[in-house]
Amino acid sequence: MRRTALADLPLIALALALSVFGVAMVYSAGQTDAPTAVARLYRSQMLWVVVAIFGAYVVSRASVRLVEWAALPSYMLTILLLIVTLVAGSGAGTAASSKSWLTIGGVRIGQPAELAKITVVLMLARVLAARREPPKSLLDLWQPALIVGIPWLLIMAQPDLGTGIVFVGIFFAMLFWSGVSWRLLLLVASPAVSMVLAFNTRLWGAWFCLLLALVWTYKPYLLEGIIIVCLNVMMGVVAPIVWERLAPYQQKRLLVFIDPTIDARASGYHVIQSQVAIGSGGWLGKGFTEGTQKRLGYLPEQHTDFIFAVVGEELGFIGVTLALTLFLGLFLRTVRVAARANDSYSSMVAFGLAASWLVHVFENVGMTLNLAPITGIPLPFFSYGGSFMLASWLAVGMLVRISAEGRGRAAALAV
Amino acid sequence: MSFHPNDVSRRARTAGGLLVGAFAILIGAFFRTQVVRNEQYALQSEENRLREVPLPAPRGIIYDREKRVIAENLPGYTVSLLSPTPDSLRAALRRLSGTIQLTNDQIEGAVRRFRRDPNRPAVILPDADFQVVSVLEEHRTEYPGLIIQSAPKRYYPDGPVVASFVGYTGEITESDLNSRKYEGYKPGQQVGKEGIEKQYEEVLRGKEGSRFVEVDARGRVVREAGAREDLAPEAADPLYTNIDLDLQRHAASLFGDSLRGGAIALEPRTGEVLALYSSPSYDPNRFIGGIPAAYWKELNTDPRRPLYNKVIKGRYPPASTWKLATSALAMQAGVVSLDDRMPVPCTGGYMYGRYWRCWDKRGHGNVTLRQAIEKSCDVYFYQLGLKLGLSRMLAGGISLKMNERTGIDLPNEQRPLYPASEAYFNEKYGERGWVAGSTVLNLSIGQGENSQTVANMARFYTALATDGHAARPEIVRRNPERVRLFKLSDAQMAGLRTAMKGVVSSAGTANSARIEGVVLAGKTGTAQNSENPNVDHAWFVGFAPADNPTIVVAVFIEFGEHGYVAAQVASKIISRYLKRETVLPPTTEGD
Repeated sequence: MRRTALADLPLIALALALSVFGVAMVYSAGQTDAPTAVARLYRSQMLWVVVAIFGAYVVSRASVRLVEWAALPSYMLTILLLIVTLVAGSGAGTAASSKSWLTIGGVRIGQPAELAKITVVLMLARVLAARREPPKSLLDLWQPALIVGIPWLLIMAQPDLGTGIVFVGIFFAMLFWSGVSWRLLLLVASPAVSMVLAFNTRLWGAWFCLLLALVWTYKPYLLEGIIIVCLNVMMGVVAPIVWERLAPYQQKRLLVFIDPTIDARASGYHVIQSQVAIGSGGWLGKGFTEGTQKRLGYLPEQHTDFIFAVVGEELGFIGVTLALTLFLGLFLRTVRVAARANDSYSSMVAFGLAASWLVHVFENVGMTLNLAPITGIPLPFFSYGGSFMLASWLAVGMLVRISAEGRGRAAALAV
Repeated sequence: MSFHPNDVSRRARTAGGLLVGAFAILIGAFFRTQVVRNEQYALQSEENRLREVPLPAPRGIIYDREKRVIAENLPGYTVSLLSPTPDSLRAALRRLSGTIQLTNDQIEGAVRRFRRDPNRPAVILPDADFQVVSVLEEHRTEYPGLIIQSAPKRYYPDGPVVASFVGYTGEITESDLNSRKYEGYKPGQQVGKEGIEKQYEEVLRGKEGSRFVEVDARGRVVREAGAREDLAPEAADPLYTNIDLDLQRHAASLFGDSLRGGAIALEPRTGEVLALYSSPSYDPNRFIGGIPAAYWKELNTDPRRPLYNKVIKGRYPPASTWKLATSALAMQAGVVSLDDRMPVPCTGGYMYGRYWRCWDKRGHGNVTLRQAIEKSCDVYFYQLGLKLGLSRMLAGGISLKMNERTGIDLPNEQRPLYPASEAYFNEKYGERGWVAGSTVLNLSIGQGENSQTVANMARFYTALATDGHAARPEIVRRNPERVRLFKLSDAQMAGLRTAMKGVVSSAGTANSARIEGVVLAGKTGTAQNSENPNVDHAWFVGFAPADNPTIVVAVFIEFGEHGYVAAQVASKIISRYLKRETVLPPTTEGD
């Protein structure tokens, strides 16, 4: 018998490397000329990494079957918590007016949305894995859509656009992995595309023609085809009206996403300072802890949302490439784990977890470069924050388990 | 889920490909930002963190013709504040006024400078004295945006003596900052406000240097030095003037506190301004670092108008000093020679429509032009004016540049007033509202619609002193510029000068025993004025030595009563310059 490692060492090594990199950046983020509380945070972040790794170890002991069994109850619990949060939640930090934190007696317990990211993956995997054939029509998609849709609506109501986008990403990625045709996925996404393109009549017209061709070739049920086309027409017309109804700050956020110089001192300020920090880094950066944008307080949220700008400023293009390559490695490895999983459920879970990370990485890193809207979403393994670090490592633990089972080494992991 | 291994590995390949592609795009985006556009962002990041603290450059030193200092720079200090917003600036200023006294004006001034250029430290005290600076240094840590900067400050060792031509400097005004002329100037900078300080601003202005301090996002100075290499200020080149400081001081002392008016001394061939003084003067040193309100008010309410330059701005009837213009024009036109007499001898007056009086009611008799100049006989000049005729009189005045600025290198020179043609009178009084005859009678003796500046009369006399060419007055050494005013033969010129010399023989007889005197040629004048009809203004314009003039002097004394008051001042100026005793021709003055 070929000797194989007990655990998926490359996966663990990548996650560990990213965590060490992340803690180093949290440390650097605290090194400002005018000392703030951030200066001490790297210590608690280190502690959280240790706790998270221990958590990952515990999870890796649990059979995937146990996880599968727990999917439904934990999903129901998540929905309940989300409703409670919506009724009696509180905001925090910059998003003080939103309700994303579950608060009991004034003490912030945690963000149920974080939990939802995992339980939705587990639940969706269960539903999709149970099917013999992947969904082929819109009607077939009602179950997955419901599973993602309920928590998604509850989270968007908080409101938390950033996390909402993560769920959309998980939804499409897992459908793809379950074997749903890309054309059906495109049809599902088409109303949203219409909404975005509604502001330019010609672009929307072109898109609409493309859509008609797609409907023609994919040949969905007649009714579904008509619904899709109608939805697109509606979005093309409704979107501008909805825009009018958006609160000015919401409009502003979207506008700033398009052009951050509109209001440089207010909403656009973060993005501009982040771009300046990254751009001034050059090839090799200004040196670890030496970033002037960060040191002098020009970079906002430098230890959480904009921590990647610190990477860009201090370690330059080389450091950015290294960090992104580590992430790419993690994703490719996860896809491999998903592809070699023992059963379809494990495979779906592994891919769903990777999708969740991926959306985080692209949203967060894209935001620092003004390629994505400012949503205040953390960067896995980097951003300061205990619960997200724990969640990320629990996912790693799960992946290690799936990987081991896939290679027939699950028994070796058992106690 | 279709979990057939082939399907799964196909999807895994697709997913892997998409991942690699997406990351490649992301890394590409970072490449664009960090490598391609690095320069732009690096600059922005520097602009973010570095604040330029201006290092003012010393203005050019101004020298007189003997390289004596007229204007120099002394070490001084400016106090300024860096802040991110006007509100935080106000708050800092309020706190600061607990340590040092700040007036409301100073606070508003600092805020105004800040609004103009928020990235520049807003100047609070343009000229802080050493005590204030040492107090602030002690409390430095309490005011994180405070910047104390040594800055050269203008000083005029002779103060009021030189103010009339050198002017003064001051902080650039808001409206100047908006004008094209002061492009590139920053709020809080010092500029020339008057005199040659203003006229030669471009030359005198040094090149401002920079020190860079590092500030954080809240505008606090984090590092004072070494954030980037300093740019040293560059001093401007010195400015050499034609002024004779010794003569200037002497002229000022002659006016003293009692006389008000102005004097200008020119080198007749080059137009070099040897001295230019307007009395009373003001102390330009008190203007540096902001004019104290009380002093400013005092200067502006003083009825003697110290800020009004009586040499280049004041316009007065030239009176009898003009008779040389009438003579030169008539001789040039060929209607008279120095030995010609007029039909009617002077009996103390002349009938032309009404009775026109001569200044001396005893009369001068039947005189030649030479004698008429000597005695300043009005009756002779009335008739000479009639002979010349109004149109030639008007056109002649224009050809003598009596309605043009001298072009002296000082700002705000006034244009003298002289009617260009008869149309002027038609327009002013209506075609029947004036009489050509009496107009020409008035003009011929330097009265009527004729207002000249002291500088322009001096310029005209440089033509009399030389060969009919007038020299443009030059305070700063430039290329002399001469322009022909009239054309007379050498003999005629010599004759005119002789006539102006008066009784030449008296020089030989009266003073030869004591000292070999220099003869002064010139013409007094007594001009009536509307301000006080009983006390006339006194004029003297002349030159010396009469045979080969090296200095032309014009002196005007407001309410001087008699022309000889001005003549005495002029004579003393000339003596000082020639370092020899001069002999004043014993001409009694004309009207």
